[in-house]
Parts: sequence; structure tokens; C-alpha cells
Amino acid sequence: MNAFAGSIDRPNSYIGRSVSRPNAKRLLEGRGRYVTDLVLPRMLHAAFVRSPYAHGKIVSIDIEEAKALSGVRAVFTGEDLASICAPWTGTLEHFTNMKSPPQVPLPLEKVMWSGQPVVLIIADSRAVAEDAAELVIVDIEELPALADPVDAMSAAAMSKELADNICFATKLDSGGVEEAFDAADTAVEQSFIFGRHTAVTLEPRAIVADYDPSENRLTAHHATQTPYQFQDVYSRHYGIPEANVRVIAPDIGGSFGMKLHVYHEEMAVVGASILLGRPIKYVADRMESFVSDIHARDHRVTGRLALDRDGRITAMDVDDVTAIGAFSSYPRTSAVEGNQVIRLMGAPYDFSSYRANLSVVFQNKVQTSQYRAVGHPIACAVTECLVDAAARELSLDPFEIRERNLIPDSSYPRTSPTGYQFEKLSHQVCLARLKSMMNYDALRVEQAGLREKGILRGIGIALFVEITNPSPAFYGVGGARISAQDGAILKLTPSGEVHCSISVTEQGQGTETIIGQIVADQLGIDREKVRVMTGDTDTTPHGGATWACRGAGIGGETALQAARKLKANLLAVAGLILQAQPGELDIRADWIVETVTGQQRISLAEVARVAFFRSDTLPPETQAQLSVVHHYAPQGYPFAFTNGAQSCLVEVDAETGFVKILKHWVVEDCGRIINPLLVDEQVRGGVVQGLGAAFFEECLYNEEGQLTNGSLADYLVPMACEMPDIEISHVETPTRDTELGAKGCGEAGTAAASAAAMNAVNDALVGHGAVLTQIPMTPTRILKALGTI
Amino acid sequence: MKARAFDYMRPKCVQEALEAFVRADGDASYIAGGQSLVPALALRLQAPGLLIDIARLDELRGLSVAGGHLRIGATTRHCEILGSDLVREHAPLLARAAPFVAHPAIRNKGTFGGSLALADPASEFPAMALALDAIIEIASVEGSRRVGAGDFFIDLYETALQPGEIITAVYVPLASAKTRTAFDELARRRGDYAIVGAGIDAEMQGGFVERMRIAFLSVGSTPVRVGAVEAALTGRQLTPQAIRQAQDVLGTELDPVGDEHTPPEMRRHLARVLLGRLLGRLEANV
Repeated sequence: MNAFAGSIDRPNSYIGRSVSRPNAKRLLEGRGRYVTDLVLPRMLHAAFVRSPYAHGKIVSIDIEEAKALSGVRAVFTGEDLASICAPWTGTLEHFTNMKSPPQVPLPLEKVMWSGQPVVLIIADSRAVAEDAAELVIVDIEELPALADPVDAMSAAAMSKELADNICFATKLDSGGVEEAFDAADTAVEQSFIFGRHTAVTLEPRAIVADYDPSENRLTAHHATQTPYQFQDVYSRHYGIPEANVRVIAPDIGGSFGMKLHVYHEEMAVVGASILLGRPIKYVADRMESFVSDIHARDHRVTGRLALDRDGRITAMDVDDVTAIGAFSSYPRTSAVEGNQVIRLMGAPYDFSSYRANLSVVFQNKVQTSQYRAVGHPIACAVTECLVDAAARELSLDPFEIRERNLIPDSSYPRTSPTGYQFEKLSHQVCLARLKSMMNYDALRVEQAGLREKGILRGIGIALFVEITNPSPAFYGVGGARISAQDGAILKLTPSGEVHCSISVTEQGQGTETIIGQIVADQLGIDREKVRVMTGDTDTTPHGGATWACRGAGIGGETALQAARKLKANLLAVAGLILQAQPGELDIRADWIVETVTGQQRISLAEVARVAFFRSDTLPPETQAQLSVVHHYAPQGYPFAFTNGAQSCLVEVDAETGFVKILKHWVVEDCGRIINPLLVDEQVRGGVVQGLGAAFFEECLYNEEGQLTNGSLADYLVPMACEMPDIEISHVETPTRDTELGAKGCGEAGTAAASAAAMNAVNDALVGHGAVLTQIPMTPTRILKALGTI
Repeated sequence: MKARAFDYMRPKCVQEALEAFVRADGDASYIAGGQSLVPALALRLQAPGLLIDIARLDELRGLSVAGGHLRIGATTRHCEILGSDLVREHAPLLARAAPFVAHPAIRNKGTFGGSLALADPASEFPAMALALDAIIEIASVEGSRRVGAGDFFIDLYETALQPGEIITAVYVPLASAKTRTAFDELARRRGDYAIVGAGIDAEMQGGFVERMRIAFLSVGSTPVRVGAVEAALTGRQLTPQAIRQAQDVLGTELDPVGDEHTPPEMRRHLARVLLGRLLGRLEANV
């Protein structure tokens, strides 16, 4: 039940306030401490020799000259590390019949993608390691590369462990689809291509692995969003007791899901540190990032929508083929995105007949896996583009067709045809808000006027549903040792401040800020007096960390309950000191007060002083509990779904194919908002990544499976100059599963931005015979669609 | 991405720099702004044994007017071109192109002479040197020589510079009251290498083109002058019909290459569109 009801005007009412980030000043002053900044005694540096071929058999590796180079400490190949590292396989049990070949740090027989690390050099400096890398001779017999996913589906298996190249296939069928299409008054069908893109975090992947053989203890300073998961991985795969593995994630320069997967390089560097007994640093350079960080998306989808004569959707039918590279990533797999694509299709709309086919396919490219808004942009774009196509077919306004079809706000709880349980969504409110905030009718008038002058503007809208606050249904039930619960330790200092160490992590989004807000709010103390610590498995409780939009909803609830527990303890001590009933006391503005009158009785600092230093003055048998540990795992609904609506306004230059993005609007409902400023930043950042996918970002490969644009000159990251103003409005529908009522917001922007952009471009091109169903929508693709070239 | 080890020296004059190169037996590179060289070193695309830093040599600096030319010292930085009144007055085409050169951080370090010496066909300044019929002054241990921009750009990253030679200055003919210029480019993002770009330097009198030079960037292995288009427009008024004809001539004159983002026909089409737009606003000189 939702017992939380804080007035924003009371003292220390931080929940719901746009407060700044305590760590922003430090980071802006350049005082951040990233893995790259770390220098340890006796530390060595790693560099890798990578495969130039997408697919090939390793004939021989000559490392002699490299080993002989001055400053080189060791050169490792596949056998060296495979002998001490248990292989890993990226499958989950709840994905029936899913398969993937086992992986080892460095390959033993074959290379499977261009850029795969083959040889590890350890040297006194990175420069010397790179010198040595040039001296290694790897003889690889090139094999035909499977680059195209459709070819890969029928081609002979590229991994000897597998019978074919299908990683995972599944079907959903609610029944009645064929009948609905037979009976439909209108049916629309489109085929979509969603390009591969990648995260491009400001800080690349980085690790300093430091193994101490005297204690059989591994410390990994690791740029990751999931230190507990890596503690488990290093422990099990290198046979070190879990308690002897410490993973520290210091300041992290962005992750977006990219830094929560197991990579061959990090595993190899840990192995090398174990073999050498010295700290080893590896920092991916940008060229390495492009060929070894996970990529995302890469879907080919055909979708159909059946509608009756009133424009009501009666059925949806989709087929998704997604290519994931040579291995399914570990431990979260590369099938989650496809699974979410087919389960999120049509999510905002009220219909019951749904059918989907999913094929997750291996190919000779770097792995794809979870990246911000896993699966959402694909499901959203397919759904929303089909809805717009139907609207054009039926001459309905895009708002009108959505108003007719969305699930009414009054009809919850609901279960989607794909099996998702929605507690309470707010599509009607969000859509109406969007329409008024963007001044839709006036925009249409302006659009028509400009069209007469030959200026093509387009307006696109998209509704979305986002998965947040995942329970064990996400990974735990599939056998992955990934926690769905989180834990917090709250400690009172003798000066009356509070130290909070919590298992959700910070990668730049403001996790530590909101946790501090919640703790201060619930305890009734000044925010400056709460110090939040994250990202160290030795000093924080084990937990899930930050991913899948769980930081605020699950981490926040953990902090809230922990703070209430500590508060009860503090009031108990204060009651003893004051000879008052704890139930009649409260904490406000760092003082113990009488709840009813607000009369200040004793400062929290004084309570702390007495409890720590003068326990002799307390009644006998008193044991003041001045630290608390609290864990929280989500219960109730398996996921807390959120929703919202976006719109994009573009101008298309039909002569050049260039698109100017003029404006973007977002209405989103993430439940209880803890910090509106941070939510807005999350939404804006997410929108920019969605617009990046829509217009700019694509990992381009040739037929040999070679990435042809693996640099920041050629891979186009969206930049500020090309981004529009992004206006945001909020609707708050708290989840009743928690006291806090917060749901996630980090992926909402990305979920629907590309869909809104596609609909906007296609709206601009109405009457020009062009429909874009592939992203990114490059000038070349737009001019090809227009028949200009 | 760490460069191979190299030696570094900062000579006191051009002569010392030239001699150092000779002594290094060719295993050396000059460095000024370093905006192209340093990434190439980091990527190990180049690995010279010696870097000769010519960024601070007074002989290579400065903007001045003399003898009917604007002299641009080779190490004049892009940001100085962008902010210079002399450039705006005497070489307005350069002033138009300068804001399109990369990003501020790069413009603060990159040098005019360095850009010409690298001769990236996608760069703005080499193409504008061609459109302006600039003269490039080159020093070697044998002495100094001058090469016209038309003879300077030979092939992809290949120029009339011999190993060890240094560009010391570039001379641009001064603009007159009749000068009309236009520059634009089509780039996916502000500051990116353009898919196609072009600059026009013309003299017009009473609505008629007396002289016109047009140079394109990003359409071949060098910056490209389009002589047939220029000839088709010389002596004419820039009527819609004349512009259309010029676009048609351009379509046959250009033979652009494709890349991973852009097929050749796209580039040719965009070049035509761009030419039409530039000619359409040339006379107004806006």
C-alpha cells in the first residue's frame, strides 16, 4: 500500500524536489576518480591483438618476438587463460531451448568476429604493450563470414558446439489472429529494419584487476554498473571464494547497459592478474570500443495490424529476426531484447488477438545485448508506425486513432495479450496533455501553410509502455545469479549525520542524489548531512545495482524503509533521554520534536553524542541501535510498467534528404517523482539516444563482416547542434506495490523517440510517395525512398 | 591507441627545421597544429622517428597585405582566419568557409598551411585555395619556390610538396569591388566532414559573370575545380535557366566516389543541388 504522502512544504521534504547533485561539482572540477585515474604500486598494462577477420581458424600464433621486447612482462594466448577460467555460456533457463556456444577469455581454435581479442600482452606501459602487439604474428585461415542474419538462419552452424545458428526462437499466439485479419475492414503491413548501434559512453570500459596470491584475494576496480554480478562472475569462473572478491565501481562515465555484460578483455585481464600476481590495468580505446563493446538492436521486423471500420485495432501479427553476433552475452543473454520486442508490441492498445514469431540468430559480428530501453524502441516503432499507416489508410488524425484504441485509464488492472500485467497506466491523460502542450491544432495549421510554400514539415506521435522495477522474473527465474533485491546500511555518526551505503549504483544519472533525498526526507534531516556511498561490494550490501530502471523504484524503496527503521531506533533512544513516548516524537530539521506541537526537544546530534559517548546515562539494558541494515525485494506485480507519449516535429529538405529536428515533446508517467530535474535529464538524454538511432547512429558492416565506420569521425553520435529543444511534462501514477510509489524513468525517452521521429518524417513526406521504415533515416535513404536517386 | 616512441625537437628557424629533416634521413614529420598528425600517430598510421615542431616559428606566422596579395603565414590557425578583418576584406571566400572548418577546439590549434599540406579532399581550406587560385610558397634546403594551387593538389593526400619541404605562406589574390563569393556544404552534423561542399569566387559586373572559379570538396581524391561549369557561366547572367544548365554540366563533369554512408549518385545529386543554391545567392553576395 502506498502510505507515502509527503507535503512538499514540510521541513526536509526532499521527495519531489529538483535539488542539485552533490557529486556534480566534484566531477565538473575534474576531481572525479575513474578507473583510468587509478595508479597502483607494481601495476602493469594490457593491450590486445585482435582478429582482423570476422570468421577464421587459428593456424598458429607466434609470440616469441613480442615476449622478447623490453618492458613486456607476459604474453598470453587462449590456453593460458582457459586453463584457469571456467567457460561461460549466455543462456537463461526460462528461454526454452535457448543455446549459445561456451566462451573463454581468448579463443582456442577459431575467431568469430572481426575485433575479437586473440592475444593479451602485459607490459610496463600501454605504449610498450602496443609495440609488442605489432610483433605478434597470428596466422588465421579466413572462413566465410556470416554477416546477414537471414542467411545465417539457414547456413551451416558456425560453432562446432551447435547444430545451427539459431540462438533462440519462440512464438506467442493468443489465438484469433487469422480470423481477425479475415474479418478486418482494414489491414496494414510494413517491414522494418532497425540498424545496429552502440552505446558510445564518454568513459570507455576499464578495469584494474589486482590479485593478491597471499590471501587468494581479487580486487577489481571495474567501470561497471553491476559490481555484485561481477563479484559473482569472477568468483565462480576463477574459483576464488566470493567473500575474497571485491569489486569496486568508482566514478563511472556512463553505461546505458553496455557496462553490465561480461567481456572477454576484462575476464582475460583478471586471469592475467591471477597468473602474474600483479595489478593490471586495461582501458579500451575508442577503436576497441567500437569492435568489442556490445552493440544493440539489429532487428528485421514485419508487422501487420487488423482494424475494423471504426478504426479499432482487432489484431496484430509480427515477425522479428534479430542478429546478436557470435555468442549470446553473459550472464544476461542476448535474447532479452527480442523477447521484450515481441512482448511490448501493441502494449498501449486495447485488443486481444496477438501473434508473434521471434528468431534470435548468431552471425559473425560482435555481440549485441542489453542497451538502454531494451527492445522498447523496436516494439514502439513497429506499433506506432503501423498505427499511423492505418490512420492514413482510414483518413483518421493520428491523435484520433490513438484515442479510439488506447487502453482506457479507468480499466486497470489489465493483462496484455502478451502476458504483461499492468497495474495502472495513464495513456488517456498523457495523450491529452501531449496534444495541448504541443499546441497540436495550431501546428497542423502551420504545417499546411508551409506546405503550400514547398516546406515539408512533419508531426509524429508515439505512445509507449516501459518495463521498470523488475522482480526475479527478469533474470533470477532463469538461473542467473543477478539479484532482484537491494540492501542499504544506514549509520548515524556521533555528530548526528547519516552515512548510507546502498547497493544501487551511480553512472552519472543521479542515483546517489535521489537516495540521499529519500533518506534525508524520511529521517527529517538536512540533505547535506546524508552521505551516500555506492559501488563497492566490500562496503555495501549485496544487491541488484542499477539497470532496467530499478534504481529509484527498488533502490529508493530500500532506502526509504531503511531510513524509517533507523528513525524508529533514533526516536526510541530520544524517548529514553527525554522520558517521552517515542510515538509522540518526530525528527524535523535535525531536531527531535514533539509530533503534535513541533516543539524542539533535543537535537539529533545531542542524541548521537549521548548514545555513543554517554551510554552510562541511559537506562540499564539499553542498547541503542544506531546503524541499520535493510533489504528490500519487489513484491506484487512482476514489473512496474510506466507509460507516456512523445511527439517529434521535423522539417524535411526533399532536395537533399536532410532532416532538421525542430522540437520534441514528452509526457511521461514514472509514478512518484523523487527529483523532477533528474527525471527531466533522464528523459532528455534518453530522447537524444532515441533520435540518434532514428537519424544518425549505425554500425555499418560490409559483406565480409567488417565494421566500416568504427570511429567517432564515421559513426555519428547525435550532437547538441542537431538536437531540438525537448519539452517535458509529467503525470504521476504511483505504484501501490511500494511505500515510495516510484517507477523507473531512465529508458522512457529512448523507448519512443525514434518511433515519433519515424512518424514525423513519414508525415512530412505524405503525398510524395515515400514511406521510411528503416532507421537511421539517413539523407541517402530518404532520397532513395523519394526516388530521387 | 598510444603512439610509437619518437624524438621531438623544436627548431629556432625554418632553416634549422629543414636541416633537421634532412639529417633524419626522411624518418621525420613536421608538426604544427597536430590536428591530423596526432591522431594518425596515436592510431599508428604514421610512426616517424622524429617530430620537428614548427608551430612557433615567427617566419611562418602572420596575416598581411602586400603586392596585391593577402599573405597567410603557414601556421596561421583556423580560428585566426575566422576572426580576421583582413581575411574578411581581402579573401571573403575564406571568411565564409572558416566557420565550417571542424569544431572550435580544432580551429584553435589547426593551421592553414597544415591543412593544405595534408590536402584532405574533404577539407574546406584546400578547396578554397583552389577556388581562390592561391599561390603556395614552399621552402626546402635548396631554397624557396612557389606553386599555384591548381598544380599543388595531385592525388589523395599527395601534393607538390617534396619530402622535407615546408609550406611557409599562402598568397591569395585580393578581392575587388566586383568580387562575389558563396560557400556552403552539406554535412550530417555541424563540424563533420561534409558529404559535399563548394565555394565560388567570382567577379560580376552589371549582373554578368566576368570570371568565376568553383571548387568542390569531398567529391574526389583532391579538391576539384569544375572548369566546364565555370566556362558555361562566364559571360552570362545567373538566370534560373543558366543555373540549371550549369547543374547539368556539373552532373557530367563530376565523378564522385562513394563511401559507407553515401553512394556516388547521392554525392553527385547533392553537388548539383548545392551548386544551384550557391549560384542562386551569389549575386546578392549573402
